[in-house]
Amino acid sequence: MTEATHLEPHLAHHYQSLAQQTHAARLGMWVFLGSEALLFAALFTGLTVYRTLNGSVFALASQHLSVAFGTANTFVLITSSFTVVLSLHFLQAGRKGLSLFFLVFTIALACAFLTIKAFEWLHDFSEGIFPGPYYAQKELQLPGAAMFYTFYYLMTGLHGLHVVAGMGVLAWCTGLVARGDCHAGYETPLELGAMYWHLVDIIWIFLYPLLYLIT
Amino acid sequence: MRPSSEPNSPVYHQPNYLGHETSVRSWLLTHDHKRIAIMFLGGVLTAFFAGGVFALVLRIKLLVPGKFFISALAYNRLFTLHGVTMVFLFLVPAVPSVFGNFFLPIMIGAQDVAFPRLNLLSFYLYVTGAAIALFGMIWNGADTGWTFYTPYSTTTPTDIVPVLLGVFLVGFSSIVTGVNFIVTVHTLRAPGMTWMRLPLFVWGSYATAVVQVVATPVLGMTVLLVAVEHAFDFGIFDPARGGDPVLFEHLFWFYSHPAVYIMILPAMGVISEVVACFSRKNPFGYEAIAFSSLGIGFVGFLTWGHHLFVSGQSTFDAGVFGVLSMLVAVFSAIKVFNWVGIMYKGSVSFKTPLAYVFGFLFLFVFGGMTGVALATVLLDVPWHDTYFVVAHFHFIMVGASLMGFLAALHYWFPKMFGRMYPERFGIAAFFLVFLGFLVTFIPQFLLGNAGMPRRYYEYPAHFQPLHVVSTVGSWLLGLGFLLILAYLVWSLRWGEIAGPNPWGSEGFEWRTPSPVGPENYDETPVFTHRPHAYDLVEAAEYRRRELGDERD
Ligand SMILES: [Cu+2]
Repeated sequence: MTEATHLEPHLAHHYQSLAQQTHAARLGMWVFLGSEALLFAALFTGLTVYRTLNGSVFALASQHLSVAFGTANTFVLITSSFTVVLSLHFLQAGRKGLSLFFLVFTIALACAFLTIKAFEWLHDFSEGIFPGPYYAQKELQLPGAAMFYTFYYLMTGLHGLHVVAGMGVLAWCTGLVARGDCHAGYETPLELGAMYWHLVDIIWIFLYPLLYLIT
Repeated sequence: MRPSSEPNSPVYHQPNYLGHETSVRSWLLTHDHKRIAIMFLGGVLTAFFAGGVFALVLRIKLLVPGKFFISALAYNRLFTLHGVTMVFLFLVPAVPSVFGNFFLPIMIGAQDVAFPRLNLLSFYLYVTGAAIALFGMIWNGADTGWTFYTPYSTTTPTDIVPVLLGVFLVGFSSIVTGVNFIVTVHTLRAPGMTWMRLPLFVWGSYATAVVQVVATPVLGMTVLLVAVEHAFDFGIFDPARGGDPVLFEHLFWFYSHPAVYIMILPAMGVISEVVACFSRKNPFGYEAIAFSSLGIGFVGFLTWGHHLFVSGQSTFDAGVFGVLSMLVAVFSAIKVFNWVGIMYKGSVSFKTPLAYVFGFLFLFVFGGMTGVALATVLLDVPWHDTYFVVAHFHFIMVGASLMGFLAALHYWFPKMFGRMYPERFGIAAFFLVFLGFLVTFIPQFLLGNAGMPRRYYEYPAHFQPLHVVSTVGSWLLGLGFLLILAYLVWSLRWGEIAGPNPWGSEGFEWRTPSPVGPENYDETPVFTHRPHAYDLVEAAEYRRRELGDERD
């Protein structure tokens, strides 16, 4: 359509300028993140309703979760949000090597999160903490306890899937940066990937107190 | 890339988006919003005819009060199939994914939507979801009705999981389309296309997109929870395990009431375009029509409780939800008065698209008024879950949304395919559909008022005459749709060549050749006024005629 198309390798044919395209990409990501947050909103609503219905039991059930695992994972994720920002920062500063290093470091932290999560679930299983009708913990046999763990598994499970998706996005960004398709002056893909990663982080920051710290 | 200057020249505009590439691959992997729209058209029409056949079959059963034709289980599956197919596979995507996709970028002077690849993804999500849902329903069909109410849906022996997963995927298709439209309207408007010059169809689509993005994820999560519960027996909504089935109703209707506006807002946008074009009048109350779309979208999120009047809701809550629901009628009435205002003193030409506008106005007002009645708690209690409700929402969903869809299909057919449909058949089919609709659904108001519950296989013998009338009406409706299908398919090949602007419309999409070129516009258009500015046209014509002025 315009000559700019041929001069600017990252510009799709239906945009007039890179600024317009970046604006569109950012806005699209924001709207999508809003939609993702609402996906979790249904679960948060359910959790809140059942917590109101079985307040004291939910508090007791929450105390059987491992705060140590949960807190460790919170630190891991917050750190990973910081490292992904560092990666973007170094990309903007034109320091590709450092940017790549922090990207890979972020992915490694995501792996650490999932590993800790897996150990936590195994630990829960060993105590007989299963969702729904499979719930078999001896110490806490009150109506509503199973419901708490059902939501615990559903919410951390769905969040875990988002962590996996986020790792995929970050791995794809790593590829782009390594090949030089995402570089200083055109950071949009990494910027969007980092935004998605922050969402994954923020959801956990809500999950952590609502699941682990109920009193 | 010039259209032929002869309005009815036999020369088809070349190259156009249909003909410039012809391989199967160029269709299946296309990023062109127009081709994706055409593929969606194929998809939603298939869903529509499947859903229609299911309805016809179950209406045949209802000819007789007792056992007849099909078993009770088959009957339950059929109304579920009909509801799920029509709501999720036809009504929700029909206008946005087909006409929105095709015309929204053209109307704002863009070359494509903001994210063409996501647009294609949206289509494949739709196809996959539709295939899984239809397969699941036919394989070991769900018998829960399209509302999937717990605890029945989580304990039914029929296989409901594929249907729910299908609905989940189709929901994501809807979200992706919504994201795309929001970003397109924000970032891809051509020079001069300010917000206050946006065509009213774009305003309607924009409001719809917001509702799609905000409401659909909640539905997605909710149907997933039902699927998980049905598969693993978790007891999330099962009262026997401490679950709360009313929570399901809240979550479900938090989406499914706004979903009504996903179905109707874009149809309202179509009405605004068509009514201006066929009255040759500028949109009267442009701002009012535009902002009432946003108003409906917003208030629509605060009304879901009117589905829970008999689910143990407190009197106070019921009153609040009732009043908020009636607010929707205020915004709707603003639109209706303005549409009538556009026609007032216009030079109205009664073509098929406008016929559907009249159909829309009549049925929508009727459906809307019964909606206000249903939002009144005292009236809803006896009418709840009767045929009265069924008739009411068919007046809105079929009466209004489908009339909008058909108006769009006839109005934009020449632009999409470059040929005209036969006008006489169009009008004849309109009367068949309109009459068939009234004959089908007016008896259902009477039945419901007399106490006929919805979704029942058998009924008392004294209801039979009204049921027979309703079934005969459904045949008229079916005949009307077949006639439309027949002449539209005929027109694809043998219809008169349309030329760029057969209606003399001042909508911006008519500035492109028919069928539209692959890039929409040869060069980026610049807009200087609102669409449908017939006063400017009249002024220009007057200057030419009276003053010999050739300026445009
Ligand atoms: Cu409603």
